[in-house]
Order: sequence, then C-alpha cells, then structure tokens
Amino acid sequence: MSDTTRTIVTGRPASRRPRGGMRRPWHVVTLQYVALAAYLVFLGFPLLWLLSASFKSSGELNSLAVNLLPQEWDFSNFATALDRQNLIRSAGNSLLVSVVTMVVTLLLSMPMAYALARLKGKLRAAGTVWILASQVFPSILIIIPLFLVLRTLHLNDTLFGLILVYVTFTMPFTLWMLQGYVAAIPRELEEAGEMDGAGRWTVLRSIVLPLLIPGLVATAMFTFVSAWNEFFLALVLIQSPEFYTLPITLRSFLGAEGQTQLGPLAAGAVLATIPSLIIFSLLQKRLTGGMLAGAVKG
Amino acid sequence: MSAPAFAPGRAGRRLGHRARAERREAVALVVPALLPILIFSVVPLVSGVAMGFTDATLKRDAEINFIGFGNFVELAGDHRFWNSFGIGLIWAGSVALLTLVSSMGLALLLNSDLRLKTLTRVLALIPWAMPPVVIAIVWRMIYNPNSGPLNAILESVGIPGVNWLGDFSTALPAVIVVGIWSGIPQTTVLLLAGMQSIAPELHEAAAVDGAGALRRFWHVTLPALRPVIFAITSLDFIWQFNSFGLVYVLTEGGPGGRTMIPPLFTYLEAFRNREIGYASAMGNTLVVAIMLILTLYLIHQFRQGKEARR
Repeated sequence: MSDTTRTIVTGRPASRRPRGGMRRPWHVVTLQYVALAAYLVFLGFPLLWLLSASFKSSGELNSLAVNLLPQEWDFSNFATALDRQNLIRSAGNSLLVSVVTMVVTLLLSMPMAYALARLKGKLRAAGTVWILASQVFPSILIIIPLFLVLRTLHLNDTLFGLILVYVTFTMPFTLWMLQGYVAAIPRELEEAGEMDGAGRWTVLRSIVLPLLIPGLVATAMFTFVSAWNEFFLALVLIQSPEFYTLPITLRSFLGAEGQTQLGPLAAGAVLATIPSLIIFSLLQKRLTGGMLAGAVKG
Repeated sequence: MSAPAFAPGRAGRRLGHRARAERREAVALVVPALLPILIFSVVPLVSGVAMGFTDATLKRDAEINFIGFGNFVELAGDHRFWNSFGIGLIWAGSVALLTLVSSMGLALLLNSDLRLKTLTRVLALIPWAMPPVVIAIVWRMIYNPNSGPLNAILESVGIPGVNWLGDFSTALPAVIVVGIWSGIPQTTVLLLAGMQSIAPELHEAAAVDGAGALRRFWHVTLPALRPVIFAITSLDFIWQFNSFGLVYVLTEGGPGGRTMIPPLFTYLEAFRNREIGYASAMGNTLVVAIMLILTLYLIHQFRQGKEARR
C-alpha cells in the first residue's frame, strides 16, 4: 500500500460510512441477500417453532405437518405446564438461587476486582492466571471432589450449597469483567479525591462506585443469567425434586420416551427463556463491551 | 509489591508505614473473594487431581487406597474412553471451526449496508440467552422423526425421513449443528466488534489500489482479526470440549455411544458406576490433553504471526 494513497484517503474526515458503501454489482448484492436469508432461517426457525409449538394442540403437535403458525391457537399448554406444581416451585428455586448468587457474587468480587485492576505485581499475576486456568479445567474434574466437600459440610442437596458453588464458578468471569471496568476509571480521579483529604473508603464509595455502576449492572445481569441457565452443577448437586431448579425440572419433563407431552414442554421452555431474554436485550451491547474491556485492559 | 500501587508515592520516611497499611488493605480487599475460591475451587481441584491416583468410590464406608498410576495404566487400555475422547475432539473441533466460519460470514453481512440487518442481529442474539436445556429441547422437537418439521419438509419433497438423533451415522453431525447454532451469537458479536475497530481508511486505501472485496477480506480484514480469531477459537474449543448440558439433554451420549463426549462419559463413570477415582483419572487426562492441544495451537499461531509480520 503506497503512502500517497493513504494520505489522500485519510485526508477526508473519517466518515462512519460502512465499507460496503462502495458500489457493488447487483449479483453480489443478490448473493448477499440470499446468504442473509439463509442465516435468518437457520437462526430464526427453531425459535419460531418453539413459540408456535407452545400454542399448538397435542393433536397438531403429533402430526407430521409443518405449520409455522398453529392452526388453532391453544393456550392450555401454558396452563398445563404451570399446573404441574413442580414447575412453579422450581421456577421459584431458580429465581431465589439466581438472585442470591448475583448479590453475593457482586459483593465478593467488587473489592477483589478493584485490587486486581489497581495493584501491580504478584497478586495481580496470580489472579489473572487463576481466572484463565479456571476456564481450562473441566467442571467434571472439580465436580467429584466438590460433591464430597459439600457432603462433608452437609451442604449437598441444598439450595444454599448450590448458591455457594455458583458464586465460586461465576467469579472468574465477573472478576474479569469488573476489573476491566475499574481499569477504565482514570486513577487521577482517585488521586484528586485523596488530595482533597478524603480517606480511602470515602474515595471508593463516592468516586469509584458511582462510576462503576454501569459495569456493575452489566455484570449483575450476566451473573443472574448464568445461574438461571445453569444445568450441570445442579444436576449433580441436587437430588431432591423439591430443590430442583428450572432446567432440571424441564429436563425431567422429557421423561420416558414417547410419553413426553410436547405442548406443555414447549410452554415451559418458553417461560424459562423469558427472564434471560429480557436481560439479554437490555445487556447485549454492554456485555461485549465488558468482555472487550477486560481483554484490552487485562 | 510496588508502593505506588494505590496512591502516588509520597516520598519520605512514612513509606514503610504506608506500604504496610497498603498491604493490609490489599488483604482486606482480596480475602472475601478468596475464601470461597479456596474452599470450592482450589481444594476440590487439588483433591480431584489427587483422587485420580486412588481407588476411591462413592460406595458407603469404602476404603481409599493410593494406587499410583494404576488408574492411568487401566485407562490407557480402555478403548471406550479413547473412543469417547476421539468423539470429543471431533465435536469440539468441528463446532469451534464451523462456528467460526459461519459467524465470520454472518459478521461480514452484518457489517455491510444490507436491509434486514437489524432483524438478523436481534435474532442472532437470542440463542445466546437461551438455557442449554431449552436449546436441546427445541432441537429435539425439530429432529423428532415422527412429528418434527425437518422430516416433514424432507418428506414433502419425497425424501424419506431420518431418525436424526437416533441413527448411528447422523447423531454426531446433528448434535454438532446444534452446537454451532448455539455458538454463533457470541462469536459473531466478537468478530463484528473486531471488524468495526478496523480503520475504514485501510479498506478504502486497498480499494483505491484496486483490491476487490475478496482480496480486501484476505489482506486487510483477516490479518486485523487474527488475535480475535485466535482467542475465540481456543475458548470455543475449550468450552465445547468441556460442555455437558446440550449433548446430555439431546442424546445422553447415544445412540450406542456415538455422541458420548468425554464429560458425559466421565459423569456416568463417577455418578452411575460410582468409580470416582477412575473418573478423576479421566478428568486429569482430559486436562493434560487440552493443555497440550492448546499449546500446540499457540505455538502454531505464534509462528504464523511472526511470518505474517515479516
């Protein structure tokens, strides 16, 4: 690339014009739309199918007919799903576990994330190594002794034990995100506060915390969603049906092959997705922002 | 630990006192998080590694004996495990690679000025929010041989239906497709973010130099995305290799073990056969294998990066 062309081109104000703005021949554009349509179908069809299945009668569900929209709208699936008392109970369990996990994780990781972002040296290195290593180790290796540790503490088959485990297992990611947000706060602001004679805790509370709130909200939502969606740990650690979380109950609906009632199952699946979906729509921009912040400032 | 970590160094004799106060502060900041990490992550991890060298079982009042490399010797000859290991490599490798390819295509489309882009972007994000169990339930409905839409469409054009998740030859590919579907959102968003951080001048300059779209992709976009691609594929590979819920709910490892990925195999060995010592040895082997693969990938990437810069 010659230097002259660069200067000519960069001489223009940096426009936000997408590079596709350069004129393309019509067959390229057609091809692009065909590809886009293929993606739309592949990504969207399963979602549509789930939604429509939740409104179909069992007769229609068991026929081999591709009706993207139900022939007649049947709302009884949701009633049937909610009628099975264990669905509501396990939704309650899931909600409790997710909210408590979210609060505890944040309370514990906030100080450590601050330390990771602001301290230099061994502690920071050790923290980063642990965060990365925890991604490599399969939870299957940890779950066996974890099961025994919880049994020793009489915390197996309890929601409290599950919460503690969730907190520990979400922390690598929340720490990673939060320390990125902390690192983005200019240190000069804190120094200015100290110059004015504020103590450390005052600086943390009245300067760092307010600036951190957007990052905290994003991290909190992320923690909630991962606890709400989690399956494997709950499968191993919870045995009593009254402590089942929503994913475990949904999976138990699959039950004996052939006996599955597809309609209520689909309705339950839709209900289980709604909380995560709401949070994700609020979160989507921020989540990647946080991940990238963590990566860049790390 | 460097003194000015918390505050600009105020020189003088107070430094010793300050440094000590700072250390106390650091400890206070770190301990609350460190405690659960120690109890529920480090201790289990260390004892998990150690347990691989014992004959521990979940049976009541069972004695635990240290048996050295006994488990590993047995494991070396356990062809069911290595079978499962191979399936795991195929599963994680193809999901990571194909997710990257399909997400790259999607990200390129979303980065150009097409209509319907916003709708696609929204749709593409939804699988990310869905619990793996729900994803598995949805796809079990789609693959259902008797009432699933996939077979219905095939039969309407005269192709006989397939028992996608129950047939020996189609089960693993069918499961891989679901893995890709659920992996596309995250990878696309990260690639898109990477693409948007490439200075438009680079593309324009290349275009002025007469480079077509394909060459611009090859010589501008791809090199700029190299670090992102490396990070995504390695993370994807690790996550998929260790993933459990999706395949467990889709097939439970069947038919005939054709989708028995290693975490599933280990889970059954530990909690159905109750041989936790042997299962831990499997876990250890898996960790070593993953690290080996990642190291090779890292070295390969590093060499390529060096050549590209030359």
